[in-house]
Amino acid sequence: MTVPKIVGIETEYGVALRGAPEPNPVVASSLLINGYVEQRRIGWDFEDETPGRDARGFARDGAQPPEIETHLVNAVLTNGARYYVDHAHPEYSTPECADPLEATLFDKAGERILARSMDAARRLLPDGQEIVVYKNNSDGKGNSYGCHENYLVDRNVPFAALVRNLIPWFVTRQVFTGAGKVGSENGADACDYQISQRSDFFEEEVGLETTLKRPIINTRDEPHADPQKYRRLHVIVGDANLCEVATFLKIGTTAIVLAMIEDGFIDKDLSISSPVTAIKTVSHDITLQATVDSASLGRCTSIELQWEFLRLARKYADETGLECCGPEAIGNLVLDRWEAVLGALESDPTSLDGQLDWVTKLELLRAYADRDDLRWNDPKLELLAVQYHDVRPGRSLYEKLVRGGRIERLLDEDDVIAAMADPPVSTRAYFRGTCLARWADSVVAANWDSLVLDVGIDPLRRIPMMEPTRGSKEHVAELFGQVSTPRQLVERLTAS
Amino acid sequence: MAERERKQKPAPKEREEVVDEEVTAKSERGEKLKDDIDDLLDEIDSVLEDNAEEFVRSYVQKGGQ
Repeated sequence: MTVPKIVGIETEYGVALRGAPEPNPVVASSLLINGYVEQRRIGWDFEDETPGRDARGFARDGAQPPEIETHLVNAVLTNGARYYVDHAHPEYSTPECADPLEATLFDKAGERILARSMDAARRLLPDGQEIVVYKNNSDGKGNSYGCHENYLVDRNVPFAALVRNLIPWFVTRQVFTGAGKVGSENGADACDYQISQRSDFFEEEVGLETTLKRPIINTRDEPHADPQKYRRLHVIVGDANLCEVATFLKIGTTAIVLAMIEDGFIDKDLSISSPVTAIKTVSHDITLQATVDSASLGRCTSIELQWEFLRLARKYADETGLECCGPEAIGNLVLDRWEAVLGALESDPTSLDGQLDWVTKLELLRAYADRDDLRWNDPKLELLAVQYHDVRPGRSLYEKLVRGGRIERLLDEDDVIAAMADPPVSTRAYFRGTCLARWADSVVAANWDSLVLDVGIDPLRRIPMMEPTRGSKEHVAELFGQVSTPRQLVERLTAS
Repeated sequence: MAERERKQKPAPKEREEVVDEEVTAKSERGEKLKDDIDDLLDEIDSVLEDNAEEFVRSYVQKGGQ
């Protein structure tokens, strides 16, 4: 049975400290976050973090789970997001969102938070030094950093069913989720330009790793919710997107595919052979003619396989509805935009300039290369390709295109600004964010699934939040209206 | 039948005019598009990092997931 598709996006930003004699990315990342968080920092509670647990149910052998660096800077924001240093990057995790448009909104709010952080850090740095961040996934030299998606999934769904259906999904969805990259890396075949930033880095079909030998399906089993009822599917294969249409489609279509898997709706074998090779083959072919070998469709292009997923999704929407993915209008918008994008990819991919990152960037690079007669290996094109993702409003080439009216926006900028501070209303992020906004000094620690409050008398009080849809505005707005201190809040919660 | 066909298809002369207008409109649009892109590229030149080679060389991002 499908469960509400609560979703969040975590983005590791590329970071550069300019003008410093010995630039240290950890220090730079910490400065960004410290600079941004003006109110008292709220420590993150690591008690329930178990990144080494494997969703397939067995202990890892020889696999290395990521280490949690508890000494690094870690903050929770009033919009319910987590903003912290992960390894050597600043990372922003959106709060839990109830639909793909909301996830797009809070992901975009993250870009604005990073932009403001750069301004704040500039005031802390000596003259001549500057921290710059990039929302991309590769340095072009074999190093990648992720943009992970997280989806709430029914615990009863066999993990094997997720693996079987999601591998062909992730191999083919990059035709609209890709953020585009000049050249290839990590030993992949040479190419001028490819669709995805990330695909060159995937070496396994299934596994627990996230930093080396990356798997198409990541098995981290850390639900951040009631583990009897839920999984959190941790998707590491996607690109970070700037185009709102691309983020919206990436999240919306994947949520619908997950709902179909949970309901056992996919009645044919869509698996493909050699997916680790296929994910690169698809990414490297910007003509979109490359084929994969599908069990039920035979040799087909990624778009043909996508049409099959869409056909099933339309049927699923007719028979079951898409309530699990948010308001009906949003589910329908996902289906309509998905169909329009597949059609455009078939007839004229350049018509998606301004909707999909890989096409938008490619058209920009082509125009520039035409004007200056540049070849693909010219450093100037590589520079353009990186600076497209620059998050500084004045330097970002993507933002230049937005201001030139060349990018289709789905979001109202006023809503984006509001989402930097205000939490989503339909998930537990509302409870977390509201507590932080009202009683930051009393919040001792916050985690995805709990909050620890100092109510003025011993002991500290932990409020469990194991149900991601509880703690929404509908649930707790009245309660918040009736209490004026954290102590009253805890008393009311324990009395009920 | 013949009557209907005649009504649907414009006379040859009219058709030529229609085509002419289309071509003109298209090339005007094309010119405008090209001007827009030229302006855009000029604007991008003004914000682009100075030394492309140095920028690309120094852009290294270790320790990512």
